[in-house]
Amino acid sequence: MRRVRTLREQEGRAGLALISPTLVITLVVVVLPLLWAIMLAFQDVRLINIRQAGLFGRYTLENFSYVLAEPGFWSALVNTLVYTVAGTALSIVIGLVAALALRDRFRGRTLVRASILVPYVAPVVAVAFLWETMLNPQYGIVNTWLSQPIAFLSQAKGTFLGVEVPVALLTVIAFEAWRYFPFAFLFVLARLQALPAELDEAAVVDGATPTQRFRYVIMPQLWRIIALLSVLRFVFTFTKFDDVYLLTGGGAGTEVVSVRVYNFLTARDDIGASAAQAIVLAVVLVVFLVVYLRFFGGGERAEQG
Amino acid sequence: MPSRDRVERGALRVLRPLVIAVLFLVTAFPFVYMVMLSVRDIQELILDPGSLWPSAFTFDTYVNVLTRQGFLTFMRNSLVVAVASVAVTLLISIPGAYAVARLRFFGRRQVHFLFLAVYLFPAIVLAIPLFVLFTMLGLRGSLVGLILVYIAQTVPVTVYMLRNYFETVPQSVEEAAAIDGCTRLSTIWRVVLPLSKPALMATGLYAFMIAWNEFLFALLFLVERRESWTVSLGLSQLAGSIEIPTTVLMAGSVVLTLPIVIIFFAGERLLTEGLTAGAEKG
Repeated sequence: MRRVRTLREQEGRAGLALISPTLVITLVVVVLPLLWAIMLAFQDVRLINIRQAGLFGRYTLENFSYVLAEPGFWSALVNTLVYTVAGTALSIVIGLVAALALRDRFRGRTLVRASILVPYVAPVVAVAFLWETMLNPQYGIVNTWLSQPIAFLSQAKGTFLGVEVPVALLTVIAFEAWRYFPFAFLFVLARLQALPAELDEAAVVDGATPTQRFRYVIMPQLWRIIALLSVLRFVFTFTKFDDVYLLTGGGAGTEVVSVRVYNFLTARDDIGASAAQAIVLAVVLVVFLVVYLRFFGGGERAEQG
Repeated sequence: MPSRDRVERGALRVLRPLVIAVLFLVTAFPFVYMVMLSVRDIQELILDPGSLWPSAFTFDTYVNVLTRQGFLTFMRNSLVVAVASVAVTLLISIPGAYAVARLRFFGRRQVHFLFLAVYLFPAIVLAIPLFVLFTMLGLRGSLVGLILVYIAQTVPVTVYMLRNYFETVPQSVEEAAAIDGCTRLSTIWRVVLPLSKPALMATGLYAFMIAWNEFLFALLFLVERRESWTVSLGLSQLAGSIEIPTTVLMAGSVVLTLPIVIIFFAGERLLTEGLTAGAEKG
């Protein structure tokens, strides 16, 4: 005798059927490749012998010991960290300032807002090339404004006011902040506009000055979105490839791990070492995330309780 | 002595326009510079790099980049990739988002986690196995593989955006349709989708932008076959060669940037609302 399915069961089946295309594509193009990448990291694979590398290939830790023993990897990791932290912080701070400045209406607000979003929307190749041209020591416009031309993108170190500074690294950080502050701007502005106006008005009536209102009324409402933005931007920047690759190719003290991964993959054809570095990068990222969530996720719960 | 409030208000009255002016300048100026360089002669640029306004306008740069450098082909490739990505992304994420928004099924909560993980997943890790796979299958140089990657990367976000919107469609409307004899699929097709046009537009725009702007996978998959280059890849490859003047490449940058900026501003409100929807809930 056939059992009649309950409505609930029918709903469950329909749900699974409708979600399955999504699951299949993420499984095939994201999850399986990830597992394969992990396997490749533990095998001695180069592009030449790729066909011999199978599921039951020889597993080894050689890639990791080889990759970690190279000083180039550690300096790349340090660069990645500096680039990520500075880029994330700067883009969020500028985004916050921009959102606060553009909060109230003024003439031409639509135009300014549109202009602010363009760096984020424009293709990375075009803007990277645009910066390269603007900063070019021979014919770039920025250098015509300076008394002495600076090779912003190919000079590892320079002195500024008597202090030695990593010129190229600072330039790619500035690029990062310029390109992604609109992202923070959008999120902070959305949150600001959702705030009830009465709060701010009450603070005005109580005689709070603008900085007091910012500190005690607005900021407490923004912390959560800023925390979220910090995580998102950190994750995206930490593993970012195109920006640095296009601007400097990883030269002049700007080599980040993702660019190294790419070079090992294509220039050296060393798939195993490339995968090993990518896995280390991902693991470091996960460790940072876990530590972050321990600190901030825990703090949030304490606040609520 | 003026009160602290008056001092601060006075300072803000000066600072705010200043901040706005600086932000406008640093975002608008580079693009003005880009357009201005694209319409001038290379000789003039080298002789007088500081000047912004060309003494004579030339559009030879555009003719050169579009025909001789092959940007027309690259644009066609980018368009094919982007349109196909948008179509398939919508086809996949509409039922997915509906399921997550409306239906209780086994594993629904885990699906959320999976999407978040995919959204945050580093592309550079994915690049290695896919590069190896495509090399083994001899698929390098085909646009299909590229489209697959773009779909997988956009689907988690588009499902999220659509789900937020589908949840605002009143359930009673759907129930009425069901009573009138609609099956689930025809309810989605005839009731939910017409009500969700803004969300569909936003998702489509998002997928288009990702596909048009993407660089890493295009570089990995297509670099050896010039006739399949996308615009981004084409510009990056040509930028390295000495024979092509910077002004011509700037024309290429304009050609690459303009479509996406136009499309973005056509749907800006929809898109930003869709993407930041979670932010307002706080």
